[in-house]
Amino acid sequence: MTKLLQTLMDGVSVGSLYALIALGYTMVYGILKFINFAHSDIFMLGAWVSFTLATLMGWTSDAPWIAGPAVICGSMLICGTIGFVIERLAYRPLRAAPRINVLITAIGVSLFLENVGQLEYVFGTRPQRMPSLLPDTVLASVAGVSIRLVDVLVIGIAFSLMGALEYLVFSTKLGRAMRAVSHDLKTASLMGIDVDRVISITFIIGSSLAAAAGFLTAAKYPSINQPAHSNWILFGLKAFVAAVVGGIGNVRGAMAGGLMIGLVEMFGAAFFSPNLRDVYVFTLLIVVLLIKPDGLLGRATVEKV
Amino acid sequence: MARESGLKARAAALAPEPMTVLKQSVLPLVAAFVIPLIFHFGIGPSVGAYPSKVLLDIGINVVLAVSLNLVNGFTGQFSIGHAGFMAVGGYTAGLVTYYGGYRIWGDSLPHGGFLGAGEMLFLVATIAAALSAAAFGYLVGLPSLRLRGDYLALVTLGFGEIVRVMIQQTSDIATDATEIAATSWPSLLWKVGGALGFTGLPFYTSLFWVWLWVSLTVLVASRLKTSTHGRAFLSIREDEIAAEAMGIPTTTIKVRAFVMSAAFAGVAGSLFAHEVGTTLNPGELGFQKSFEVVIMVVLGGMGSVSGCVLAAIVVTVLPELLRSVDEYRMVAYALTLILMMILRPQGLFGLREIWEIWPFKALFRSEAK
Repeated sequence: MTKLLQTLMDGVSVGSLYALIALGYTMVYGILKFINFAHSDIFMLGAWVSFTLATLMGWTSDAPWIAGPAVICGSMLICGTIGFVIERLAYRPLRAAPRINVLITAIGVSLFLENVGQLEYVFGTRPQRMPSLLPDTVLASVAGVSIRLVDVLVIGIAFSLMGALEYLVFSTKLGRAMRAVSHDLKTASLMGIDVDRVISITFIIGSSLAAAAGFLTAAKYPSINQPAHSNWILFGLKAFVAAVVGGIGNVRGAMAGGLMIGLVEMFGAAFFSPNLRDVYVFTLLIVVLLIKPDGLLGRATVEKV
Repeated sequence: MARESGLKARAAALAPEPMTVLKQSVLPLVAAFVIPLIFHFGIGPSVGAYPSKVLLDIGINVVLAVSLNLVNGFTGQFSIGHAGFMAVGGYTAGLVTYYGGYRIWGDSLPHGGFLGAGEMLFLVATIAAALSAAAFGYLVGLPSLRLRGDYLALVTLGFGEIVRVMIQQTSDIATDATEIAATSWPSLLWKVGGALGFTGLPFYTSLFWVWLWVSLTVLVASRLKTSTHGRAFLSIREDEIAAEAMGIPTTTIKVRAFVMSAAFAGVAGSLFAHEVGTTLNPGELGFQKSFEVVIMVVLGGMGSVSGCVLAAIVVTVLPELLRSVDEYRMVAYALTLILMMILRPQGLFGLREIWEIWPFKALFRSEAK
């Protein structure tokens, strides 16, 4: 029972990180119909920028209520800007090109970010340790399960960001424009929506959510891998799997998919073999795609001649 | 009777000249055996060890790029799990040469000289690699019954990752001759070194074998492109619904493309496994390797065989040339890739082949005058 609850806790905590990243993937896919491989590198940058900010300022857990919010906001701001610049320079010139070209460009951008990150005067090639901005306290113990402050914050911040996004997408004018562009880009532009602006905003939002996930990951697992470490991309890929499982292009689907992937991974690791956690995720992907190719919350599309 | 003889006469009139037959069917095959010999005995010894190693890498990448082109370029399906097939092939071949070598000679060292017994075992291993990779290609090709575009890409990616993680779970390599002789084949299957890689394989990969397989792959791909079967591949890429309406069994053709492509990727895996200076480990054959092959295909032009060959050469040589700027090597590579996609989105050649470009250009110029 304790193990079950503990795994549930871990699963939800990791799952909400996946969900945050998956949102960026799903929004970009919904509008531009391509897998933004560079998104996992924005997530990586989020963690590294947080690390750099925290060490530059010399912040420690002495003043968690200033340091934490300042670092997460700074990281989101910087990564949002980077996302905007990437879209402007690399993806916009390819708006009319075949999707495979955009995909290769995305791989190129991903390689670029990783290797610039590896340069000695940027982040370097060594893994670093995130200074602990939060005291590592156990808030409460429920049925033998220790509820850590970090986990509570991860889940809390992730869910409030998702709530904010939900409000933005479904209850504001901008959100309506985003949904319209995602539904039909051409018609949306004919209806007077500034498509380029909406796409830019989408990239900024997606990138800052990934940056938030990066910060939270660094807070949860303080050892930060070097920028070109394959774990970053693997984490990003699993988040993309979450987006697909939930139904690509669907904001609520990405949240549900993220939680589901997190739970499957953690339960598989806890109750079967911890070495095969990637296998569970990708097997779930293949099974979902074979049974319901449009994802759990996706709508089936019929291809017309 | 008269009609039949008329048909015969027409058939006789349509039959190609003997010289054409010789030129079109025998000559390429002869070339496919002569070119590797030239590489092995002519170019290889004269350029030295390091360029020879680069030539080996180029050859393996050519096989990978041209084979992935069958799926991504010809058929228009999007696979990003090519390294998975390569891994399946490499480990199959490694099992045959390593444990086979132990069973036959009591050690895993290369035996026999050029085309000797050891190299024949290597040939058998490579064919086994092709077959086992093809079997996996069939398995992955099956979901293409239901999936299109990016979803298929994800399944291939997932497949590649599953293969990689499964290989990481395998146990240590057996190194004791008597122990190996006493162990049954099925239990040897699992002893391939796990995450550390399958080390100790004999170095059979030579310029001859690499370029022999390069020649065969290029020959098969370029022949396929202009044949009836290849036209079926291309028709699916152009418009799947229209192809189906024209009576092309799209599912069968797609699975066939996957199987062929995987088989050659398995060959490349076998060549990679037995090359000096490479280690066959699951980390090397992850999604980064798959992306690298996709990059070659897109750079070369989706569907252009010669373009893929050229792109494979460029992608292999470029990082070597950029070694002087070491730290910035990958940054420059990434930038080249992005600029290339923006400035020349159809790849170097598009669907065309190298030889279709120069005369075309000349024709265009004469018209302009």
